[in-house]
Amino acid sequence: MTSTQALAAPPPPAARRRNESSSSWRLTDRLGLAFAWFLGLLFCAIAAALVLYLFVQGIRYLRPSMLVTNPRAGYTESQTGGFLDPLIDTIVIAVMSMAIAVPVGIAIAVWLSEFARPKALARVVESTIEMLAGTPSILLALFGTLLFEAPWLGFLSRTSGGVVFGRSFFATAAMLSLLALPLVVASVREGLQAIPSHVREASYAVGKTKTATTRRVLLPAARPSVLTGSMLGLGRVIGDTAVVVLLLGNTLTNDPSGSVPILSALRGTGSTLTSYVYYNAPTGDGDQPGKAYAAAFVLLLLVLALNVGVDVAGRRGRDLRWNS
Amino acid sequence: VEDDVLIDEGPPAGPDRRAELTLGALVCVVVGLVLAMFVFVLHEGWPSFAHNGWHWFGAGGNVDDQINAIYTAGNNAARAVYTFHAWPLIWSTIVIVGGAVVIAFVCSLFVAVFIAEFAPAWLRAVLHPVVRLLAMVPSVVYGLLGVVVLVPFINNDLISEQSKASVTPIITLDGYSVLAAVVILAVMIAPLMIAIFVNGLRSVPRGWLEGSLALGINPWRTVWKVGVRTAKPALIAGTVIATARGVGEAVMLSMVSGSVGFAPNPADGFVFIYEPSRPLAATIIDNIDQLTSPPMRHTLYALGAVLLFSAAMLSFAGWAAKQPLLRYGLVS
Repeated sequence: MTSTQALAAPPPPAARRRNESSSSWRLTDRLGLAFAWFLGLLFCAIAAALVLYLFVQGIRYLRPSMLVTNPRAGYTESQTGGFLDPLIDTIVIAVMSMAIAVPVGIAIAVWLSEFARPKALARVVESTIEMLAGTPSILLALFGTLLFEAPWLGFLSRTSGGVVFGRSFFATAAMLSLLALPLVVASVREGLQAIPSHVREASYAVGKTKTATTRRVLLPAARPSVLTGSMLGLGRVIGDTAVVVLLLGNTLTNDPSGSVPILSALRGTGSTLTSYVYYNAPTGDGDQPGKAYAAAFVLLLLVLALNVGVDVAGRRGRDLRWNS
Repeated sequence: VEDDVLIDEGPPAGPDRRAELTLGALVCVVVGLVLAMFVFVLHEGWPSFAHNGWHWFGAGGNVDDQINAIYTAGNNAARAVYTFHAWPLIWSTIVIVGGAVVIAFVCSLFVAVFIAEFAPAWLRAVLHPVVRLLAMVPSVVYGLLGVVVLVPFINNDLISEQSKASVTPIITLDGYSVLAAVVILAVMIAPLMIAIFVNGLRSVPRGWLEGSLALGINPWRTVWKVGVRTAKPALIAGTVIATARGVGEAVMLSMVSGSVGFAPNPADGFVFIYEPSRPLAATIIDNIDQLTSPPMRHTLYALGAVLLFSAAMLSFAGWAAKQPLLRYGLVS
């Protein structure tokens, strides 16, 4: 192969068939296309309706005072206070879970894409991560209960008379990190695999070890996918209810255990926005729909922000081209 | 990675060896945790299976009464009751998840084909974030919207007084129904399917599609006969993931399904879709306060073990479905 051939510009991508008339198609095909259009637009309409409805209800029921007062027990909307503690707890739980899920997820992704020896173990790890992605969160909650009720993990939650309560911020964050883990692993791994091998070889050629290459070359290059994975994982974490209801104890306000300032709060129980919505929905024990709307609105704002974040990270990832 | 061949001459250098071992150990810990989950949950649920045998999965009696009896006999080990027949819960799971998956699959396939091939650029730019947003909305928000919007609508506008009367002695129809659960679950799982379907359709080699177009087949037929068929493993993988999510969905279903241990009866005719029920996962979260009673605890973990088993089976099915795709090198 001559060098001119090798350097020739790649053929332009096939032009998309724009404005091609479907009038020559059979009726069934045209109906099918119309149905596809309909469903596509319906999908947008559902999303728009969902967001608009929650915005309207949110603006109707959300009062600034709700963001700075704690939930109280009561029978009417004016008695039950706001959701300061659930809001703070959501953030605390999100930070703690991601503090576990992101490093562990990156480590697993690096191992899978750069080492993956022995082959059998790599296959086991791969299917385990896939299995974990399909595991219902309620099962992680059940498993977490068993795990954190074990006496040797008693220091992570409340203990009374030798019985470990097993519900705490630590337990919740640990189990929720397992929920986010598969998303982080999948995204980071994809990012690492998209880096062509000549980049690695260039690094080895100047005498870098594999470890240094991974730390200095591969992970910085894969940063957009780390970001995307983390935000997808974060979406899963702040959106989960089952684990929180079961493992955070689902108390109205934070209920610390012990006297050490921060540790006692983290060993104690609380509730997040999701469990707050669950509790205050008409089907829940609280039954304060106004409060549920307001909290759901805040929750939706968080999700929308994450969604924008994923978009931005994805765009940055696309800007990175290797073969130029 | 093929460059291993170049690097692996001679023993690996010190820091690399250390890094590999550290990462390997971490990976083993995570695998161990997942294995432990299987062992722990099955072990904790075993007494319930052991007392009931295969009848655990069968029908018989009112499952809510059984749950009550198990709970109230509670802490007295000598009088512990274990009799439990989970069929209404299993049947409810099958009906709700089955219905939602079928609806979501058909809609997702059309939407995915639309996004991958036919949508104008501006609409595609809208649909991408829309799909991701719908996939990220917390299930409890879907549940809330179901309870305050869909359930009253079904109760007031869809169920006629006549159909309410037709099942009165057996069950009350109040809008919390199979229909509400199916519709909301379909909206919840469709985005998962669409994302994977679109990826699958995109990875179909362009030349295969163009070959078909060159033969004069119109674009619509081409996509269905060549694209969708080639992407079949992706369709299966997406369906499997969506099914797993549906089976494991506890919170939303506990809110809109009615939370009654009743098996919706297709023999009732069309009214069947308005009947309330309660799937497996929702049963766990509804009775979570009762973990303090040992027999109840074993029963709930047994329900969990069934869910875990179905999740594992679905994961295995997804793996098996991916194998032909690997052969063509269409996925990594």
